[in-house]
Amino acid sequence: MATETEFATLPARAEPQPGLVAVAMSGGVDSSAVAALLQQQGHAVVGLTMQLWNQRRLPELLGDGPAQHRCCSLDDVYDAKRVAQHLDFPHYVVNFEEQFETRVVRPFVDSYLAGRTPVACTNCNTDVKFEPLLQMARQIGADRLATGHYARIQWNAGSGRWELLRARDDTKDQSYFLWGLTQEQLSRSEFPLGEMSKDEVRDLARRVHLPVAEKPDSMELCFVPNGNYVQFISAYTLERGIAANNGEGEIVTESGEVLGRHNGIQNFTIGQRKGLGFAAGKPLYVLSIDRENNRVVVGADDALRHTVAELATVNWVSIAKPGAAIRATVKIRHKHEPAMATVEALEGDRARVLFDAAQRAITPGQGAVVYDGDRVLAGGWIK
Amino acid sequence: MNRIYLDYNASTPVDPSVLDAMLPYLRENFGNASSIHTFGQKARSAVETAREQVAALIGAKPQEIVFTSGGTESDNHAIFGSFAASQEVGAAGANIISTLTEHEAVLNACQELERRGASVTYLPVDHNGRISLSDLQAAIRSETSLITVMHANNELGTIQPLAAIGQIAGELGVAVHTDAVQSAGKIPIDVRAMQISLLSLSGHKLYGPKGVGALYIRERTRVRQFLFGGHHQRGARPGTENVAGIVGLGAAAELARATLQAESVRVAALRDTLESGLLAKIPQSRANAAGRCAPDMGTTRSPNTSNIVFPGVEGEALLIALDLQGIACSTGAACSSGAVEPSHVLTAIGLSPAEARASLRFSLGRQTTSAEVDRALEIIPACVAKLRALSPTYDPGV
Repeated sequence: MATETEFATLPARAEPQPGLVAVAMSGGVDSSAVAALLQQQGHAVVGLTMQLWNQRRLPELLGDGPAQHRCCSLDDVYDAKRVAQHLDFPHYVVNFEEQFETRVVRPFVDSYLAGRTPVACTNCNTDVKFEPLLQMARQIGADRLATGHYARIQWNAGSGRWELLRARDDTKDQSYFLWGLTQEQLSRSEFPLGEMSKDEVRDLARRVHLPVAEKPDSMELCFVPNGNYVQFISAYTLERGIAANNGEGEIVTESGEVLGRHNGIQNFTIGQRKGLGFAAGKPLYVLSIDRENNRVVVGADDALRHTVAELATVNWVSIAKPGAAIRATVKIRHKHEPAMATVEALEGDRARVLFDAAQRAITPGQGAVVYDGDRVLAGGWIK
Repeated sequence: MNRIYLDYNASTPVDPSVLDAMLPYLRENFGNASSIHTFGQKARSAVETAREQVAALIGAKPQEIVFTSGGTESDNHAIFGSFAASQEVGAAGANIISTLTEHEAVLNACQELERRGASVTYLPVDHNGRISLSDLQAAIRSETSLITVMHANNELGTIQPLAAIGQIAGELGVAVHTDAVQSAGKIPIDVRAMQISLLSLSGHKLYGPKGVGALYIRERTRVRQFLFGGHHQRGARPGTENVAGIVGLGAAAELARATLQAESVRVAALRDTLESGLLAKIPQSRANAAGRCAPDMGTTRSPNTSNIVFPGVEGEALLIALDLQGIACSTGAACSSGAVEPSHVLTAIGLSPAEARASLRFSLGRQTTSAEVDRALEIIPACVAKLRALSPTYDPGV
């Protein structure tokens, strides 16, 4: 419990607000700052940390390093508990290992084995964080779930819809990973950091003397040690007894000429230049992955550029599914400058994006997010 | 918030009289019980008094009591110690009989013995958690050197027919160990009448402190020591005695012995009120392992435990929701909270994984009052109803 002097320089807490807010706590500085912020605003807070993946499960991957800098390790749970203790609110660990494996890890592995490049964090948000975790929050009596995501939610009374927006701090914006959220989920969620910069968040954490104020950000996939997803897939498929892909295969040009051999299609992603295993004069890039024939197709950079992206499982967020084509900017990767395009909603949950200018390395498995300025209009998986 | 503690099987508060007995040994009487000088003698005297007190609780002789760091160490000592001793005499001793519902301290020790070459037979249980005596009889082989069966189950409260087990084992010359961590101080135990060779008990389950327990080793029972070091406790268990803890355990044992009869009647009545009240107010709820059994099998359940399944509800969510309302209870055993697998005990009595995940254990104790039970009977049904309203799986029509 913080002492009198530690809080002396902070503004007095706001009047107590009714209701209970659950905070999804990863043990990191962002979600910890969210808890502090909500408390300052007078809300009763309960912290929830998800237990998602047994870090000791694939022991061959552990190496010598500590299991830190990956979300939700035991150390991170401990950090979250210390923050809760420091700020004096209840905290619980909730077990979603089964859901996480079924809805995030397995699809991640299957995607790579099928020659696609997945975005696990999007699956986690849509199917774990804002599903069973949100359910749990409601079940224990919290009206809303707040997270440390850099994004914004606002209610548009005119359209009668909840809108998802980019964060004010563009360098930290995570709206790209949140396109799967439904209106129901958005109505019960809060992103208090959406208007803040990372520096402001750290500053807040320091002012309330959070034990995690100086903790480095977690940068990698939370369940993949050392960012080595190939090694992870190998260990996981072995443990599960899943037939991995067909192993070695050919590297070919678009016309079918065999240039070399590859060691498994899961090692490659569209646009990749390294790892082809041979020097070919001019630079060659992965153009596509042919799972059927277990081949990697390579070519020159200009062959990587396309104007059309077909999307599946499209979720319309800030606007309802439009009847006519719309103009918007579209991101095809987290680190991609949104490009102007015409977006057409198709039958069912499909859509077609026609970029004004050809885009490099449109990659099956990645998410495509449709923006209108700061608003996320929709998102879907690139087929 | 006035919190209501319904998790006495996880741990109990130290009785004020026990704390009073302990304090001098944390203050002025700090001597090492093995020292020859007066400081040591004072400590020694206190330890030996405690030994008598613990022995009296279970009908043993003082020299048959060894103090340990708790129930887990006692279980390990009994199991590894008897196995090692049986190996020393060669021939028989490569089989141990246990049950599917033992505490992890026993199960994991048995699994380790399997890795070391022993064979272990895990007897199944019926839907009340009881083993069958004929199953036991059939399982005993010439190589069987130890039968280890817990007296009262920590999750369900089920009491095994120890006297009958002791009788069967005695006729066949097999030693019996019982993990009595949940029964010592709650149910009468007479190790001679029950023909038990080894018994584990733990201080913090009977209103004593944590970190201390005892192992009863009947004289002339062959058990190797488990820890190696000095010659404390007649060489049975090295390590400078935790005098204050031991004094606390002794005082707690004496208190338990004096109050056992009256207290078990009192708490059973409260448990029955809570259990029948919950079953009446919450549709489709069922008490696990609460059935009657054959009259000759003795008391079926320890008096303070109630394990109830609430279909349509996630036990983890209910547990948290109840804690936020001030009610402390448990899903399964405290030591396995957070585990992915459903409780092995609930699985052994035939619950499906969904039912196991929807089950909560309520365990009452000395400080439980009828006012608390009444309050719990308001809060728990309300919580269950709220969770069911949010649940996609609950079907009120069933």
